Amino acid sequence: MGYQLSRQALADAFKSWSGKYDVYAPTVFAGTGRFSETDVIRYGKVTDPADIVWDARSDYSFKEILTPICQVLFYFTEHSVRESEFPEKGAVIFLRSCDLHAVKRLDYMFLQNGPEDYYYKTLRDKVKFVLMGCDHPFEGCFCVSMGTNVSTNYDAAVNFKDGTYYVDCPDADLAAALKDHAEGTCDVTADHVEKDAVEVHIPENLTSAIAKSSIWDEYDKRCIKCGRCTLACPTCTCWSMQDLFYTEDGKAGERRRVQTSCMFDDYTLVAGGGCFRQKAGERMRFKVLHKVLDFKKRAGFQMCVGCGRCDAICPEYISLTHCINEKLPQGMKEVLENGK
Amino acid sequence: MDMNCGKLKKYAFRVTKHRNVASARVRVPGGSLNAKVLGQVQYIAETYGNGEVHLTIRQGFEIMGIPFDKVEEVKKALQPIIDELDINQSERGAGFEASGTRNVMACVGNRVCPFGNYDTTALAKRIEKAIFPNDLHVKVALTGCPNDCDKVRMHDFGVMGMTEPQFDATRCVSCGMCVRKCKQLSVEALQMKNFRPVRNVEKCIGCGVCAWACPNRAWTRSKEQYFRITLLGRTGKKNPRMGIDFIKWADADSVVKIVSNVYAFAKKYIDPTAPGGKEHIGYMVDRTGPEEFIKFILQDVNLPKKAEIYRPLNWSGIRYVGLKSEPFYVGKDVNPADLAVFQKPLPLK
Repeated sequence: MGYQLSRQALADAFKSWSGKYDVYAPTVFAGTGRFSETDVIRYGKVTDPADIVWDARSDYSFKEILTPICQVLFYFTEHSVRESEFPEKGAVIFLRSCDLHAVKRLDYMFLQNGPEDYYYKTLRDKVKFVLMGCDHPFEGCFCVSMGTNVSTNYDAAVNFKDGTYYVDCPDADLAAALKDHAEGTCDVTADHVEKDAVEVHIPENLTSAIAKSSIWDEYDKRCIKCGRCTLACPTCTCWSMQDLFYTEDGKAGERRRVQTSCMFDDYTLVAGGGCFRQKAGERMRFKVLHKVLDFKKRAGFQMCVGCGRCDAICPEYISLTHCINEKLPQGMKEVLENGK
Repeated sequence: MDMNCGKLKKYAFRVTKHRNVASARVRVPGGSLNAKVLGQVQYIAETYGNGEVHLTIRQGFEIMGIPFDKVEEVKKALQPIIDELDINQSERGAGFEASGTRNVMACVGNRVCPFGNYDTTALAKRIEKAIFPNDLHVKVALTGCPNDCDKVRMHDFGVMGMTEPQFDATRCVSCGMCVRKCKQLSVEALQMKNFRPVRNVEKCIGCGVCAWACPNRAWTRSKEQYFRITLLGRTGKKNPRMGIDFIKWADADSVVKIVSNVYAFAKKYIDPTAPGGKEHIGYMVDRTGPEEFIKFILQDVNLPKKAEIYRPLNWSGIRYVGLKSEPFYVGKDVNPADLAVFQKPLPLK
């Protein structure tokens, strides 16, 4: 059984949740785009459901809440170290099915791939996920192809239609407030996308041999190594460590981890000045094969969830879907023929 | 043929080198128009003119080959264009009044340009509304960013879009793209310190390249749009020169007010013998000195707190005639013996 709520009723429910949770959702940050008088849609705290953006994909993903862009791990002075504080409240995160599948990737990276990451786990344990019903793909989305179009492991799911919110809420903690404020009850099944705008087919014969193909070369000139694709990606998790010293004697400061990108120049920089992947094509190869080949070998499922953000944000119009559909088959053909 | 040439020119017609033939000039404030204007320009050119149209330097059309006896009909045919472009006019059907103050020019601005810091055409139209029609010779040009594609420093008033970069350290990933791009494309106002870019406020010209370059929205533009105003650039035969900086971090209201204020100054100080009642503002300022000029143009202007006014104002440029000495000729004006001192070789150290 689900609940039917008006904007005001859901806002009241948010208020009830707010003792324990901050609500995060894709929302408009007006005027903060790359270009003047353009907006960015990204995750921020919301108190009014009307501020949640339903009709467009967010430029950046929810991962900024679970893996903060800049996260202080601890503060140090001489012989003492103090752990940084976590937010007091937990988080209720509104996200679409592709992104909820991305949570599975983050969980794998931080909780199952070796020892648990304490910082991730501490935040993760206090998060509730609200699935945003998604009834049509945005340009360049391909969740159906990646098998991420349906989610059932949510704490709540919402369809938003004609100004009314229809909520299914298996989570008892969140349900209490919804029940209090609901204006009606009804059966709710979260909407999901059934057909991609562009179907994406990862070649079945794809192997790491493709690394040697020439398909990557064109990206040497096209890609500007800005890293937007990975910063916007909900499944990219790489970070750099930064030790910041507050004083020149080096005795007080903080250690923080900051998101980074395999597209950045210092990503494969090693002591002595060596840089393993200098060319943009090499970095593109590394990223693409991680998303649709290497990760799966380890985890058993593909890393890419088909959210389409990397395509949408690339200033040079480099498309991952184009790479997968057109370039990868070409590259495999090339390396297989060369092998004969 | 009897033709009142002054009246003809007042309505933006050119008296051409061809006897009894004019050309009709159409100004497009801010340089952007609905394509249907082009249809009417074509109609006029083919119906009344010789079919040729020149794209003018100041973003207008010069419809060529209009016989004098068709001028009145052309004025009527221009009305749909005037309506479409929403141009100030004192009498409907009388054509463009545009004899002194010139079309307010604009680069394409942020309607399409990734670097444009504001809607240049919209501000150009706002200025047009404030100053047209006017017989005094004033040139205003707008450009979206300090790259100055519109060459606004060649005008009496140049307006360059600026933004005050806003930095959100929590979104910075230390990639260094802003520092690199500021160095490559702008003035090297950013430096990396403790994993973060630090902005040299003095050096920064507000171009917005950092906000354009930042991949993660750590750098964004200020809500407020700012402007650099440059003064009294000019072409011309006497002393062509670039406009110089007047105000950094002005706002749009101040821009409109400052430009509007120039007319009171010009009315008072124009050379009464100037041909056709037209004189570059700059020559008036050459006579009055800049302080008197500034007193007029800053009348009732409320600049934002951030605004910086440049002082003193000194122009240079190429001077073919004017305040400095005339070219002199050896033998006629100067005794050759006096020049000997310049011809001695320098002593070797």
